[in-house]
Amino acid sequence: MDSMVENIITVKNLVKKFGHFVANDHLNFEVRKGEIFGFLGANGAGKTTAIRILCGLSYPTSGEVKVGGLDIYSQRNDIKRNIGYMSQKFSLYDDLTVYENIRFYAGIYGLSRKEISTKSAMLMKKLGLEDAKDKLIKDVPLGWKQKLAFSVAIIHDPKIVFLDEPTGGVDPITRRQFWNLIFEAAKDGITVFVTTHYMDEAEYCDRVTIMVDGKIAALDTPSALKKTYSASNMNDVFLKLARVKTVA
Amino acid sequence: MENPSILVRNISRSYGTVKALDDISFEVPKGELFGFIGPDGAGKTTLFRILATLVLPDKGVASVEGLDVVKDFKKIRKILGYMPGRFSLYMDLSVEENLSFYATIFGTTIEQNYDLIKDIYCQIEPFKTRRAGNLSGGMKQKLALCCALIHKPAVIFLDEPTTGVDAVSRVEFWEMLRRLKESNITIMVSTPYMDEASLCDRVALIQDGRIMKISKPEEIIADYRFQLWAVRSGKSFELLKDLHKYPGVRSVQAFGQSAHIAFEKSILSMEDLHKYLIQTGHENIEIEEIQPNIEDCFMELMIQ
Repeated sequence: MDSMVENIITVKNLVKKFGHFVANDHLNFEVRKGEIFGFLGANGAGKTTAIRILCGLSYPTSGEVKVGGLDIYSQRNDIKRNIGYMSQKFSLYDDLTVYENIRFYAGIYGLSRKEISTKSAMLMKKLGLEDAKDKLIKDVPLGWKQKLAFSVAIIHDPKIVFLDEPTGGVDPITRRQFWNLIFEAAKDGITVFVTTHYMDEAEYCDRVTIMVDGKIAALDTPSALKKTYSASNMNDVFLKLARVKTVA
Repeated sequence: MENPSILVRNISRSYGTVKALDDISFEVPKGELFGFIGPDGAGKTTLFRILATLVLPDKGVASVEGLDVVKDFKKIRKILGYMPGRFSLYMDLSVEENLSFYATIFGTTIEQNYDLIKDIYCQIEPFKTRRAGNLSGGMKQKLALCCALIHKPAVIFLDEPTTGVDAVSRVEFWEMLRRLKESNITIMVSTPYMDEASLCDRVALIQDGRIMKISKPEEIIADYRFQLWAVRSGKSFELLKDLHKYPGVRSVQAFGQSAHIAFEKSILSMEDLHKYLIQTGHENIEIEEIQPNIEDCFMELMIQ
């Protein structure tokens, strides 16, 4: 392993219980600075629970977690300033315009008035949304919304961005354009932590972890995982690992 | 087609200025597993709602089992199973309570039609006292399917039953649909996952309220008229960019660790492309001729 590798997230023995139910069962992993880290697992495997902890939205039951060098127990507010978050379910306000949404998020993340105006102009140009500036979000096609949601999630140049199923339901071309945005962000040095149900997207990640039943069942590069499980693609890897348990 | 199970002729429906469906026509014979493949916003849900007699079309006619969706709506509702994308279960009722609620509404009991749902229900029966809200995504969908089937419908409509469901549960869900088909129920199902198209008897590819193509999945693939290569190198992101610049390439799309390039038949040589990629700094280059999949075909239809 490269000795220069710098970890941006470290998770040691993370446990999260809800009553008697163990959602995260002694998770151990590191995310390296600048990588695209895929976080996969069946429904109910414990992904969302772990992401909520990493984003500082929920405390672990036990374990040691650092995000961007900051402690998850004592420095939650600092963590929130250093991360971006986007989910498929919610990201933008439908009854605000494109520009109002950008301004709103930039404001929340503490950008100055001047930064907001340069950033939003840059962003709209990059996404080709200049003509749609005053359109309400609810009138903008889903594909555009998702690209915009991603862009506002990184408007404050965070160290890490968490993407929770960012491409659900979009057409195949938009899905690929979205991944180009992810690649660009990674190139600019932002670490990307992403979940998806599209197994071809797992192949775009530098490393992938697969959660099964609250535990990490595998963590490696896509090509190493395919070799280990003698699979021709990530879908087969996933089915081999996750199929063992199904009804539970 | 004689006596189709589902008939849709020149159906249009708008919401304000948005055309959700634009002059759609198709027929589905009895017992077919028919797929609607398209992204969110393509018009799939509007079509389901019209056929389920919940929304009126602006134009056109449609019928289910010979019954008109406008005139005979009450009769249609009795013979129809509908699993909407968003809501179909009561989250604060248990698994068993949800199922008996749906059975009661349709004037039947779980016991009466148990045979039809047995295969599916036995997988969730161990959790029958659990609240639906506490089920995992895959199990919710299995329960919702049972609820849509409990009155032994002639036709079932499943609106995106596998969206947000993991890869394992998706495979299981489709195995169930194949088995269900044997009871001669007409199944119309929509999905944004292109790989699920190959599991249907026939599919309609839909985008922006229009049907781009209706065919058997294998015919859609046979109709693809370009040549397709899968190209790999160590640097995937740069590879996409460099392939875009290569003269004669019609489209470049990422597929996992490969890039698929499409071009007019026989205008490119693998040797030349290989040389070009070496010149642009790529290593470990692999190029192979491949057959298109449904996603290749869908994207080709989108850019036409």
